[in-house]
Amino acid sequence: MPDATGLELFAQEIGDTDDQAVLGTVFFRDRATLLVSPKAVPAALQFLKGKGYTFLASVHGVDYFPEEPRLGVLYELLDMKTVDRITVKTRVHTEAPIVPSVTHDWPTANHQEREVYDMFGVHFTDHPDLRRILMPEDYEGFPQRRDFPIGGEPIIFTHSEAGGPGWWK
Amino acid sequence: MVEVSDIVDRDLEQKPLVQAAYDVSSLQQPEYDDELLTLNFGPHHPATHGVLRLLSTLEGEVIRDVKPIIGYVHTGIEKTAEDKSYWKAIPVVERMDYLAYMFNAYAFCGATETLVGLEIPKRAQYLRVAHMELNRIKSHLVWLGTSALDLGAMSMFWYCFRDREEILDILEMSTGQRMHTRYIQVGGVAEDVPVGWADKVLAFAKSFPTRVDQYAALLSKNEIVLQRLRHTGTVDEQTLLGLGVTGPLLRATGNPWDLRKAAPYSSYDDFEFTIPVGTIGDNYDRYKVRLEEMKQSARIIEQAVEGMPEGPWITDDRKYALPPRHELATSMEALIHHFKLVTEGFRVPPGEVYFPVESPRGEMGCFVRSDGSAKPARVHMRDPSFVNLQALKPMIIDTYIADMIATLAMLDPVLGGIDR
Repeated sequence: MPDATGLELFAQEIGDTDDQAVLGTVFFRDRATLLVSPKAVPAALQFLKGKGYTFLASVHGVDYFPEEPRLGVLYELLDMKTVDRITVKTRVHTEAPIVPSVTHDWPTANHQEREVYDMFGVHFTDHPDLRRILMPEDYEGFPQRRDFPIGGEPIIFTHSEAGGPGWWK
Repeated sequence: MVEVSDIVDRDLEQKPLVQAAYDVSSLQQPEYDDELLTLNFGPHHPATHGVLRLLSTLEGEVIRDVKPIIGYVHTGIEKTAEDKSYWKAIPVVERMDYLAYMFNAYAFCGATETLVGLEIPKRAQYLRVAHMELNRIKSHLVWLGTSALDLGAMSMFWYCFRDREEILDILEMSTGQRMHTRYIQVGGVAEDVPVGWADKVLAFAKSFPTRVDQYAALLSKNEIVLQRLRHTGTVDEQTLLGLGVTGPLLRATGNPWDLRKAAPYSSYDDFEFTIPVGTIGDNYDRYKVRLEEMKQSARIIEQAVEGMPEGPWITDDRKYALPPRHELATSMEALIHHFKLVTEGFRVPPGEVYFPVESPRGEMGCFVRSDGSAKPARVHMRDPSFVNLQALKPMIIDTYIADMIATLAMLDPVLGGIDR
């Protein structure tokens, strides 16, 4: 892990090129997190790639309901030479959940961004194939959001069917 | 009753037998190169090792494109875990990658322990290592048995499942369950191992490397295995790294990345073991790497059981671990703690943690976000099978469809982990 000072230096360096990019830093339990604006994600990841964090371990989404901006996308970066990890995080509103895709630079993000889209409804611009991945293609709603109820999916058994058995006719 | 001859007669009246003459020159044989066939491989096919659908485009027998379609066994485990208190989420999380349940549980418990800041007793760490390595062998045995079955080697399946049964017996002895043991708890393990367990494990760990040699004698120089695995599905290291692939697949290309060595957790630095690597990253290398990994796991198990320190097997912080049963009758405080833990669960300080471990298939990372309540606000498992599946296309593109079966077997995907 970069220590707290190292994290601040990274934030400073990214902020030098774009002063809107870095929104904050979190250092919690020896884990460094860099909070950046959605637009600055590709640039921040490229910058960290240059610093040796060449392996994108994971991309995943979080719903911070009821906080605003609600949705978060996290990128877990790994430096395999020095065995160092850093997290890049961005937050978007549910009204305009738009984050630039990083699939072109990091092919591993392809399926994982699709999963975030599927579960949280975050749109990744320039993603080559942004479709649902785990839920059916005609599914409506984003099930991992916190306001999506558990049990929101009706399960039809013969006994719970409204019209009684006989649907096969 | 209608006579059969009647039908034939009527049909003959309505339809002339000879149709209008057609232009023979229009019946061109299509060019071989133009003809592409879309083949739906799966979702119900034994060689997909689960419910995986591969939409493949074939040109003759050569694969030109493949799209994995997943989600058939998506059960929303991550969502369900959000509705359970931390210690009740463990059995749900275990059911993601059903061949590597100890690793699922450890990744989740490890993330929770990091959020809380719990110290894990040394004995618990050793017990975890012994159980996780038993689980690794067991997972690789299922892989070896079913993969060999895909290649046509029937008897390997029985040998592997015979040995797997021994491991399941050992797990049943220490945890009470054959699978989905819920043995790893937040703060340690559920229970100390019973008398006689260590001897049984040692006997297994000592005899197991010989068994692996026997498997190797059966398979490694087998003509069919060599023809189907050597120089098929080859992908170089840089492509795999770009695709986020870890585990035996990456090690087969010669990159010795293993979290157990690189960032030792749970006292892995106490044990002596080596990381097997391949050379060119074809299917045969993947096969050899996993075979050797099983032997190394047996080595670790032997060291962990022989060097098992005495002491508690779970943290004595009563806010997070259940008090011992006998205290409930004598101590009011223990009873309160027990009641609190069983009803509400324990509260975890707010924060976010990503906790990676080395599962049999690569980096399994659990992301847990706590909002300060007794239930996790978000649980996400970075499952290695899900990420590794993206590497299938570069492995099999422009090869024969028969190689796809072998490559998929050597990729070792677990659909429960992919779909979660």
